[in-house]
Amino acid sequence: MPISSPKPAARKSNPSIGVPFGSLLDIEHLTAKEISVIFENASRFHSRLAKNSSRQQLTKVLAGRRVALLFYEASTRTRVSFEFAAKNLGAVTTVVTAAASSIEKGESLVDTGYTIQATGAEVVVMRHPSSGAAQLLAQHLHVPVINAGDGMHEHPTQALLDAYTMLRHKKSLRGLNVLIVGDIFHSRVARSNIQLLSKFGAHVTLCGPPELLPALASSLAPGIEIQRNLENALVTADVIMMLRVQKERLEGLNLNIADYVANYQLTPDRMRLAPRDAVIMHPGPMIRGMEITAEVADGPQSAIVEQVANGVPVRMAVLTRALGIKK
Amino acid sequence: MTRPLLIRGGHLIDPPNNIDASMDILLRDGRVAEVAAPGKIPAKDFEIFDAKGLIVSPGLIDIHVHLRQPGQEYKETIATGTAAAAAGGFTSVCCMPNTVPVNDTPEITAWMQSAERGAIVNVFPIAAATAGSMGVRLTDFTALKNAGAVGFTDDGKPILHDDIMRASLQAAAKLSVPVIQHAEDTRLTGGCSMNLGPTSFRLGLRGMSIEAESGIVERDIRLAQETGGHIHVAHLSTAKALDAVRRAKRDGIHVTCEVTPHHFTLLDEHVGAYDTNFKMNPPLRAASDREAMLEGLLDGTIDAIATDHAPHALHEKEQEFDRAPMGITGLETALAITLQVLHHHRKAPLKRVIELMSATPARLVGLKDRGTLSRGAHADITIFDPKKKWKFEAQTSRSKSKNTPFDGWEFTGAVVATIVSGKLVYRRDSTHR
Repeated sequence: MPISSPKPAARKSNPSIGVPFGSLLDIEHLTAKEISVIFENASRFHSRLAKNSSRQQLTKVLAGRRVALLFYEASTRTRVSFEFAAKNLGAVTTVVTAAASSIEKGESLVDTGYTIQATGAEVVVMRHPSSGAAQLLAQHLHVPVINAGDGMHEHPTQALLDAYTMLRHKKSLRGLNVLIVGDIFHSRVARSNIQLLSKFGAHVTLCGPPELLPALASSLAPGIEIQRNLENALVTADVIMMLRVQKERLEGLNLNIADYVANYQLTPDRMRLAPRDAVIMHPGPMIRGMEITAEVADGPQSAIVEQVANGVPVRMAVLTRALGIKK
Repeated sequence: MTRPLLIRGGHLIDPPNNIDASMDILLRDGRVAEVAAPGKIPAKDFEIFDAKGLIVSPGLIDIHVHLRQPGQEYKETIATGTAAAAAGGFTSVCCMPNTVPVNDTPEITAWMQSAERGAIVNVFPIAAATAGSMGVRLTDFTALKNAGAVGFTDDGKPILHDDIMRASLQAAAKLSVPVIQHAEDTRLTGGCSMNLGPTSFRLGLRGMSIEAESGIVERDIRLAQETGGHIHVAHLSTAKALDAVRRAKRDGIHVTCEVTPHHFTLLDEHVGAYDTNFKMNPPLRAASDREAMLEGLLDGTIDAIATDHAPHALHEKEQEFDRAPMGITGLETALAITLQVLHHHRKAPLKRVIELMSATPARLVGLKDRGTLSRGAHADITIFDPKKKWKFEAQTSRSKSKNTPFDGWEFTGAVVATIVSGKLVYRRDSTHR
């Protein structure tokens, strides 16, 4: 700052001030310690889910608590897994979608939030097409807000379940070579994963054409590498995370889909370049034949279905955290 | 008639007359009657303003404000906007044509200046360069100028077509008025809500490139050279565009530019957690751009400071960042920021501050007998205390809208009084704030 005394109010620069306790807006402002606690709780829920006897017990953790799922954008896995996560814990859920609510009549986000809070929701899980929407909502509510994806910004629970999945295959995130391939620019999943992995000392390499992976991406965290050539990047990858090419966001970009497939599709041939124990991940939705072939998606190294399953215990941990439950 | 007003004991700075000294000044019948050494004007039946310890300057002139009337009175009116201007030390403001309807006719131009609007400072409309600011058909520059327009612009809808820009510059040149361009290649900025850089990437917001501004500035300079017209670049924000202006000036091309207080004070990263009061167009830029703006202000490349005062209602700003409208208010903080940043921190003399905020803006839009305190000039005067400490609170703003990034800022340097045509239109309450 060129000026000594005037400074923007603290509230403006620290996004967690003025936000209800227990909210999860992004990975960027979480500490590694906070994330580790979420993993520990997720792991505990995970094993209890596996045992039918403790399943009964689980339903008492959030018995009768009210969870609102506010979805301004289409979603399959995030919505279903949040809903099952809440129900596994005994919570009552309601789903609000843009098409079937007053949102369609022009109600503002803040007003919709006030309405949901006034009806008794104790936590709001929101998916929204605008970056920063979860932050805006959280600044106006007194109940915690969980970001289930905001525009191109972040998708924190996806990154949590991705890292959780990596940890079930690999000993530690420290030093792990994670390769993220595809449309980084439009991807909230990539942003959250990069933030999380760099907090734990993983070595992140991004791969894609400049239209989808601008050089600016390396500014997200220290030590991020950018690779334009997939074959070269695969050689050292411990984890390969494929991203969907977001056709709906490509307007105005000079991107030839055929070239993209030729250069960046994950095929069995290319997989032979990667270490044998490399794990393949994809946050979904996956477009077979575009960024990945069916053989690879369904192959032995794929953890794609497991990722979806892990989303449930991870989101159980996030929901209990939001509602102030320790275990 | 009101009684003559004698301002005595102050330090008078009048750049066009090269005065920077303790002087008394007598205002009579809306004009400057006399400027003389302290005590030399015998006190008769005058109102007296004791300006001891204060700076007496030609009234500040803001050549880029949005007063929102007609059509968007819920954001601002000519009355509330000029009240804010007076509180900020401005005695004249030039209002942009993006009203509803667009100011593209002599009737609207005249309507804006009618006494019924309740303006308490001078209002000089800048008219639309094309009908409805649609960029297709030129407006009637002559008729608009006769009705009071002092310049032409399509502001938020920049003139992209070379032919239209060329014709605008030619038409304006005949009338010796500037064409003012909001330099943004909107073909490159669709869906963008801030500057392109690490912050936009991290926040997942689409960013406006530097080239979207500099490309238009370079094109306009070329057309100004070709036509001999006067191109004035509004709220310039990038080092690259500033360099283009600097080169063009060296080549003798008639190009001038303004910069806003926020662009030489704030950075794109101050958007913080999607604070929409930091969203405006052009957007806040990188540190290197801000530094270039400060250098341009100090070395003379930048001609004027203008606020781009752009009021918006709370419900409009309390939206998702990419949906919220662009723009911030600025009339009440401009002088304080300029004194703080340019004078106190970067050691620009007060004379330079007054050149940038009064003398040169008057010249840019041809405001005769303003921006100076020559005998016979309009009695528009700003009295300020460059050492006064105060805190700006948006809630106390006279503007109808409170969308400012400077809420709660503490400044050194405050407006004490604003005088328009010899009449006091604003006086700081010493107990206030």
